[in-house]
Amino acid sequence: MDNRIRSLKMEHITKRFPGVLASDDISISVGEGEVLALVGENGAGKTTLMNILMGLYQPDEGRILINDQPVRFRGPEDAFKAGLGMVHQTYMLVPNMTVTENVALGYRNTGKKRYDIKEVRKRIEEVSSQYELLVNPDAYIWQLSVGEQQKVELVKTLCLGARFLILDEPTSALTPQEVDELIVLLQRMTKELSIIFISHKLQEVKALSDKVTILRHGKVVFSGNTSEHSPQEIAAKMTGHEIILPRNAGSAKAGATVLSVENAVVMSDRKIPALNGLNLEIRAGEIVGLAGVSGNGQRELAEAINGLRKTESGRIVFLGEDIANCSPREIIDRGMGYIPEERNTEGIVPPFSIKENFVLKDIASPSFSSNGFVNGKKIDSTAEKLVSRFDIRCPGIDTAAGSLSGGNIQKVILAREIERKPKFLVAVYPTRGLDMGAVEFIHSELLKIRESGIGILLISEELDEIMNLSDRIAVIYKGVIQKVLDKNEATRERLGILMAGVKEE
Amino acid sequence: MTKGFRIAFRFSIVAIAAIAAILMASVILWMIGADVSDTFYIIIFQPLTNMLHLSEVLIRAIPLCIIALGISVAYRSGIINIGAEGQMAMGLLAFTGVALAFPDVPRPLLLPLAMIASMIGGGVWGFIPGILKAKLNVSELLSTVMLNYIAAQFYSLCLRTIYLDPAEQVYGTGTPQSMRLTENIWLGRISGRLHYGIIIALVLAVLIYILMWKTTIGYKMRASGSGARAARYGGISVGFYLAASMAISGAFAGFAGGVELAGVHRRAIEGITNNYGFSGVVVALFGGLHPFGIIPASFLFGLLIYGSTLAPSQVGVPANIVQVMQGIIIIVIVTAQMVLSNTYFQDRVWRKYQALRKKEG
Repeated sequence: MDNRIRSLKMEHITKRFPGVLASDDISISVGEGEVLALVGENGAGKTTLMNILMGLYQPDEGRILINDQPVRFRGPEDAFKAGLGMVHQTYMLVPNMTVTENVALGYRNTGKKRYDIKEVRKRIEEVSSQYELLVNPDAYIWQLSVGEQQKVELVKTLCLGARFLILDEPTSALTPQEVDELIVLLQRMTKELSIIFISHKLQEVKALSDKVTILRHGKVVFSGNTSEHSPQEIAAKMTGHEIILPRNAGSAKAGATVLSVENAVVMSDRKIPALNGLNLEIRAGEIVGLAGVSGNGQRELAEAINGLRKTESGRIVFLGEDIANCSPREIIDRGMGYIPEERNTEGIVPPFSIKENFVLKDIASPSFSSNGFVNGKKIDSTAEKLVSRFDIRCPGIDTAAGSLSGGNIQKVILAREIERKPKFLVAVYPTRGLDMGAVEFIHSELLKIRESGIGILLISEELDEIMNLSDRIAVIYKGVIQKVLDKNEATRERLGILMAGVKEE
Repeated sequence: MTKGFRIAFRFSIVAIAAIAAILMASVILWMIGADVSDTFYIIIFQPLTNMLHLSEVLIRAIPLCIIALGISVAYRSGIINIGAEGQMAMGLLAFTGVALAFPDVPRPLLLPLAMIASMIGGGVWGFIPGILKAKLNVSELLSTVMLNYIAAQFYSLCLRTIYLDPAEQVYGTGTPQSMRLTENIWLGRISGRLHYGIIIALVLAVLIYILMWKTTIGYKMRASGSGARAARYGGISVGFYLAASMAISGAFAGFAGGVELAGVHRRAIEGITNNYGFSGVVVALFGGLHPFGIIPASFLFGLLIYGSTLAPSQVGVPANIVQVMQGIIIIVIVTAQMVLSNTYFQDRVWRKYQALRKKEG
């Protein structure tokens, strides 16, 4: 049976959500062995379009053609049967099951009545040798790194018979080395498969794709061959204007030490040490970038500094006083600012309005309340001021903060922290998942804070972000600082090697 | 979308829901061979026809309202209090204890004292599951239900032992009840059995509104309930506000018991709690966890509860069947609320409607 997918087309797809036109007359087409990059800012409609392709949503208008035959997917099962497979941004794997068991789980959707685990295993071995995707079928998912988990996802999708791959931001959680590996891997796979991948990282788009389609506000604004356009051109088309990310050009004018972490030992949620005697010093008016693959103690460090996690031993000295194991309230009152990792659950109270979120840390301060009664007028006027100063796009200050886009939520958090006039700021993945416009804004705000003489600990996985903003770069690996580099000494390669745990001579 | 369409949309959903509820209830009534229209009249309209009936409805609405207010505080702080039944019983015990212990203290002193005792009784009973949840993460569903059993049995025990009316022992009837409490703790009556507790309930509703939306304590409680993690990151002691909200919630349930004793029964007997603690949860949710929604909701549920007592005698429909009908009505109303809040569905109907108009035009 010839079940190859020689061409896949989506024609005139339109999809409305309440108050939003998520897809507006979008057409794309992918031929056999082609790689299409679907590029656009957050909220441009990339994921919606792919969810329509996978049958998760029904389009209001338009149709999907495979090999020039119209098809209708009522659900993901139909899409699987037609040979489409999607790897989501967050992996859908059960951590306490083995690779084989996870793949076997997926078999339910293929319509087979029963599966025997040996057969699944054989299939995994076939697939991994065919595509040189090396995975250990008996490893538990929780033992694997993020990069390995992604390979498992790919193997799973291929085992289920996918002949057309859809990858949603496949590199967002990988180290630079892993990204390079993945690109090589995917290039090899294109001999037998077609791929659509969603991304907003232009280097990958250039390296991997044959064609590129750019979406903005639910519309196709550009479609063409990747090789004929420079990354700058694509970036400009994506945002609608030229974006030049600000850089930390200032010379180091760092002052006295504001925060110093001394021999800190902190446990992770699994009760194993996440920080093993970590030492780090940050001075006023400098940005120290903490580079590292996530899961090497970044979260635990940020939480320990903010009093949200117990420090087993060691000291955290803030403005000359040990704040290890102080309550979050005390640390906030001493002037610590914090942009937490999970902006939706840790940074804001989602059902609360924007104005209520602005005063989350200061409701009891005399500026917003007196004798225990809140001062509504003061809160309103502050909120109006912050919304316009930080250009937060929202229907009004009474809008639920959780209904805003990621970039605007981050602006709400940033506005709150800056308005408090902190003496130090811990920023954890401040631009993760944000589009270029929002990244530009947040970066320039962080640089402004630095200019005003405040120290910043910037935790990030994005090397570009760290290299653009930091005065000094510390590399964390397995709970200790591998090395602290001056910004002039740091190169992508050097950082990548340090992040992978290789010690320098 | 035009404003007219929105109103028409809401109105038709509510109308469809009402018709569905009436149809389902009618089928049940028809199956047991009751007179359908008479039954509806008796349980829904007759209680509104004269002052005597109306005051009976209001009497039932008062404890419902006070308890639901307390439950809304806990719920908004992130903890589901289904222990109001037990908290109310503990409030009754504390109130009765004070009344029996100091029968001669003058009214201006004794009544507030007994009321405060009822709040403390319920408050402690609410604080226990609150602190267990805050410190040890014990599920409140488990602890509150278990404490309900303990409170119910303890109440029963007290009525048979230390609170037992001495007169009962003399005559040997053995009815487990306390003696009639001193007049110094009675609440005055407005009309029929309707007592001043209604004013208390309304004042409390305003107080809860102010507490939750105008004070920093209320803000912190709501923040803890709507986003515990973010609240903790924002420097709010979530555990403290959790326990405090449960203490308040319990105090309200206990106070409802005190008001019920002082206004209606005036002696501790079995069955005063009358499932108000559980109905209170439904009233609180039904009123949108907002004081000004809880007031009408408690009236509606007072009406349904009273209607179910009328039905057996007047149309021969067992009270159980009336409860079944109540269940249907509640489910239908809740479903209608969900449909009304689904803007996506509304949007689709609007587009269908426009497409239809285009065809005709």
